[in-house]
Amino acid sequence: MTRRSVLMGAAVAALLAAAPALAASPDLPRKTVDLVAPPFVHPHQQATREGPAIVAFKMVIEEKEVVIDEAGTKFRAMTFNGTMPGPMMVVHEGDYVELTLVNPDTNTMPHNIDFHAATGALGGGALTHVNPGEQVVLRFKATRTGAFVYHCAPEGMIPWHVVSGMSGTLMVLPRNGLKDRDGKPLRYDRIYYVGENDLYVPRDETGKYKTYESLAESYSDTTEVMRKLIPTHVVFNGKVGALTGANAMTAKVGETVMIVHSQANRDTRPHLIGGHGDYVWETGKFANPPEKNLETWFVRGGSAGAALYTFLQPGIYAYVNHNLIEAVELGATAHFKVEGTWNDDLMTQVSPPGPITPGKVGAAGTSVVK
Amino acid sequence: MLIASGLKIAVAALVAGPLAVGGVALLTPIAPPPLPHAVVTLAPGAFAYRLAGDFSTAGRPVAAPRRQLRQDRPLAIMTRQVTAAEYASCVEAGACPRIPQAVPTADRPVVGVSFRDALAYADWITRQTGVVHRLPTDAEWVFAAAEKASDEALPVVDAADPAKAWLARYETESARERPPIAPQPVGTFGANANGLVDLAGNVWEWTATCFERAELAPSGAVRPVTTNCGVRVVQGEHRTYMTDFIRDPRTGGCAAGVPPANLGFRLVVETALADRLRAALERTARRLLGPG
Repeated sequence: MTRRSVLMGAAVAALLAAAPALAASPDLPRKTVDLVAPPFVHPHQQATREGPAIVAFKMVIEEKEVVIDEAGTKFRAMTFNGTMPGPMMVVHEGDYVELTLVNPDTNTMPHNIDFHAATGALGGGALTHVNPGEQVVLRFKATRTGAFVYHCAPEGMIPWHVVSGMSGTLMVLPRNGLKDRDGKPLRYDRIYYVGENDLYVPRDETGKYKTYESLAESYSDTTEVMRKLIPTHVVFNGKVGALTGANAMTAKVGETVMIVHSQANRDTRPHLIGGHGDYVWETGKFANPPEKNLETWFVRGGSAGAALYTFLQPGIYAYVNHNLIEAVELGATAHFKVEGTWNDDLMTQVSPPGPITPGKVGAAGTSVVK
Repeated sequence: MLIASGLKIAVAALVAGPLAVGGVALLTPIAPPPLPHAVVTLAPGAFAYRLAGDFSTAGRPVAAPRRQLRQDRPLAIMTRQVTAAEYASCVEAGACPRIPQAVPTADRPVVGVSFRDALAYADWITRQTGVVHRLPTDAEWVFAAAEKASDEALPVVDAADPAKAWLARYETESARERPPIAPQPVGTFGANANGLVDLAGNVWEWTATCFERAELAPSGAVRPVTTNCGVRVVQGEHRTYMTDFIRDPRTGGCAAGVPPANLGFRLVVETALADRLRAALERTARRLLGPG
């Protein structure tokens, strides 16, 4: 070994010590994507002729107090990027997802991330433990298409972190886009990402929701509620009513809307009142042909489903978890505002509500023949 | 402001023990007996009123007609809503249904009460004071609320394109500022010209008026088609209709609307002997026939 090679070795060792996380990158083009808050999704191509790329994302973990209902109930949340659910990432099959996960020193907990789309190391969970004041970079190859959940999974506290808000969705699209059962291309004009959370808020002796000074103080009471398996709130986008009123999702008659619905912890059953699922990947995985004309679809806890619907009629639609108790009493209701022209052929009020006329049926008041 | 003649006779709020039985008070109509709550007596007067209910002409929905009405006798009405503590006393006495999760506070209105709960309270406070208390009709409420009553003519549903009206209503409802949902101390939302506080705040008030579907003739004549007293008019920031046993309006609303925040009530006090007799008869009839 020459003196020169020893020095080189020392230099390399020094470099490695200084930046131990710098692993060699595949020789592919790099793209950096800025994430947006749900229910919106960052701009992306649905089909691409380009080859695989390294797609870089960054998420900052934020522990914070949030309000989860109209009564002002406060909740100690843990979030990816400050939102419940965390933002949705979109890549294409064969791309490399490269996530920089930041845990600022303003936080109090260690965190990590388990991507259901990733292979090995507990979905990346074993390679991404970050304490407050640390960051980590994980790269994995997106080998399977579909909408997949990601969530925090720190040892010993996995469910608590997940039901405190730490979950989101990664969607891996086929490079040549979505297809129906016969291979015909499917496209969407808009995409919405509805993340559903089941929340477990402790109450005091009088039934009032309790508030806590810190996450740590909320832990044992919250775990006790969690173990009974009955959530106090089931919400879309982090709060009862977060996707209603001024924040209702919008569409126009004739537009095809993609709705990705994720639930990291508990089963749910999305349903569009007055509409349908034209093409539904109930399990969210695009290698399987979509089912057609569904009324309600089942999203298993720990997965994301995807549905395409072309709106045919204007008006207000409720998009609910069709366990209607959860939709109405616990909060799992969103609204779509759809503009356009009413189609009388699809539906019409033949005669308005009025007195009961015995023996008459139908528009012309035809007498019933005995 | 709808009411020009603002003659108000404030009845002092005197906290008194229960008076004699109702029958005795019935025969002493001259001096207003002491009541546990402040009441204003509004002088008769004219006011504009948009009829409650759904109207149609020749089978097509039309806007409810707006009428010039006259309140032809004095109207004595509570200046504030019934408080949580007052309702709790009725519960303690075994006369009002216990409502879930109500913390009885003296300075805040009771919320989470149904129309039936409100009736029970009115009957109880009538027995306690010997003075007939009842819910106002929708027209009386509008008369007393004066400038605080909203005349929001909602867009008419056109059968050819019903979605237009739904979207317009939804936009209107979504644009409303939403006050905090928790009941606030009495007076938080201010007084109107008649001295009534907290009208159109975050507590809607039950009225005695039933839901009605009616035909509106081109002449302006109204012909009732269906009356459903299982649904009553609820008044506040906007007028709405609510099934009489609903306590939480958020769960009583439909899938896609924006419901009221809370349900509470204030009561009208019958002052004239004839009115009291009439109300007593009505109460007897109601007891015999059941609510609604």
